[in-house]
Amino acid sequence: MSGSGLIALGILSVVAPALPGIAGKTKSLLTGRRGPPVLQLYADLRKLLGKGAVYSRTTTWLFRAAPVVVLVTLFVAALLLPVDGREASAAFTGDLVAFAGLLALGRFALVLAGLDTGSSFEGLGASREVTIASFAEPALLLCFIALVLATGDLSLSGMLGTPLAAAWPRAGASLSLVGISLFVLLLAENSRVPVDDPATHLELTMIHEVIVLDHSGPDLALILYGSAFKLALFGVLVVSVFVPRAGFSTPAALALLIAGLGVAAVAVGIVESAMARLRLVRVPQLLVGAAALALFATILQLG
Amino acid sequence: MRDAAQIVLLLVVLSDLAILGTSRLSSCIRGLAAQGLLLGLLPVLIAPQLSVHAVSLALGTVIVKAVVLPWFLAWAIREAAVRREIEPIVGFIASQLLGAFALALAFAIASRLPLPALHQPLLVPVSLATLMIGFIVLTTRRKALVQVVGYLILENGIYLFGLTQTESVPFLIELGVLLDVFVGVFIMGIVVFHINREFDSLDATRLTELTD
Repeated sequence: MSGSGLIALGILSVVAPALPGIAGKTKSLLTGRRGPPVLQLYADLRKLLGKGAVYSRTTTWLFRAAPVVVLVTLFVAALLLPVDGREASAAFTGDLVAFAGLLALGRFALVLAGLDTGSSFEGLGASREVTIASFAEPALLLCFIALVLATGDLSLSGMLGTPLAAAWPRAGASLSLVGISLFVLLLAENSRVPVDDPATHLELTMIHEVIVLDHSGPDLALILYGSAFKLALFGVLVVSVFVPRAGFSTPAALALLIAGLGVAAVAVGIVESAMARLRLVRVPQLLVGAAALALFATILQLG
Repeated sequence: MRDAAQIVLLLVVLSDLAILGTSRLSSCIRGLAAQGLLLGLLPVLIAPQLSVHAVSLALGTVIVKAVVLPWFLAWAIREAAVRREIEPIVGFIASQLLGAFALALAFAIASRLPLPALHQPLLVPVSLATLMIGFIVLTTRRKALVQVVGYLILENGIYLFGLTQTESVPFLIELGVLLDVFVGVFIMGIVVFHINREFDSLDATRLTELTD
């Protein structure tokens, strides 16, 4: 347990809702529009928290539990990450599997809630979300395996913390492949453009957005905050791989992290304005490509 | 220079995987041209000191592999009006996975080969991987033009293996190989063009239906 880790986690949870805003603003500016303000999500969250929730009579407790489960799993997963760049708040050997498992548990709860409503659109979205996740998860674990081989440490705290900085001169090429692969996963896991379009308004083409169509009020606020926090979580992964921050003082490491998250959000915005959404049948190919990159990074470590 | 050569070799593998995953013929050819350019950089980066031999080999490679052949293939797809490989025998995802498997196999084999110590340890595994991926493209695609691309990737793998011996192979032999490849692809291009004119398609599987 480290104090600076918890402070870093607190700061992360405060800045998280700004990230989708930065991505959206970048996209708007690049396509010649003004776009909503960067801090729009904070206002939306406040508005939603002040409203009451409406529940359909066909839904059960699963539907009500999902937003809480999603947010809690994300926070527990964040505890395993060395957000301050040195060590995580909680770490044990093999916690990388727990990290992937917690993300999967959150997704499972969300998908069940979507199916619980009985709406065919939400069932469609749920099936797509799970399909994409089944391709994204092996790629995530392969990235972790490459990191384990590079640093010789079996916990996320060690893989992304202090030993990583020492591994860069030896295994720079392999680590940059892992970083690129993680960025593709960031796009896929957070339903950003080549995989899903967060701005779409047609239920048939939505993936993540369609599952949460029936949530309202505080529930929706929790889910919106959860997706922003998940984006921040993957941002921390990417930034930690590219910029090992173990050598800096705590404030400098935090400033670097926030700057890195900003850059990642801008990169997401650039990707979104530079390319169109892939057809659904092409999405697995993108993710298999990311997995192939991670596998290549692993092989380089073994060779 | 050693690190630069290593990065170039990694990029060669990435271009292999990219070619395996695309269905557009024009991106296939662009990937091939990029690979040719990377291969052209290698002799200069690997050579212990800058020699006329290395520089002329690099120049010849860039001209043939990165400019002339891609331009010729681009001309061929324009003439034959084919844009995409619609139905490969093995799907794009499966062939990308096969490529990743070939990569693992290449590294496993290379570490067991009784080779003299090389100053660039990645050269042999990358050449084996490129060879195998070229073979995958050659055997799993239907369009004759993509098969030509596969043949060229295969040849690039052989060229990479040859680079381990740059000091002992005479310059003339290397130029001869380049010329051979050039002529081979030229003839293939003409054959492809005639297949297209005769059958209105570049599907090589149709060639088995030839009857008189």
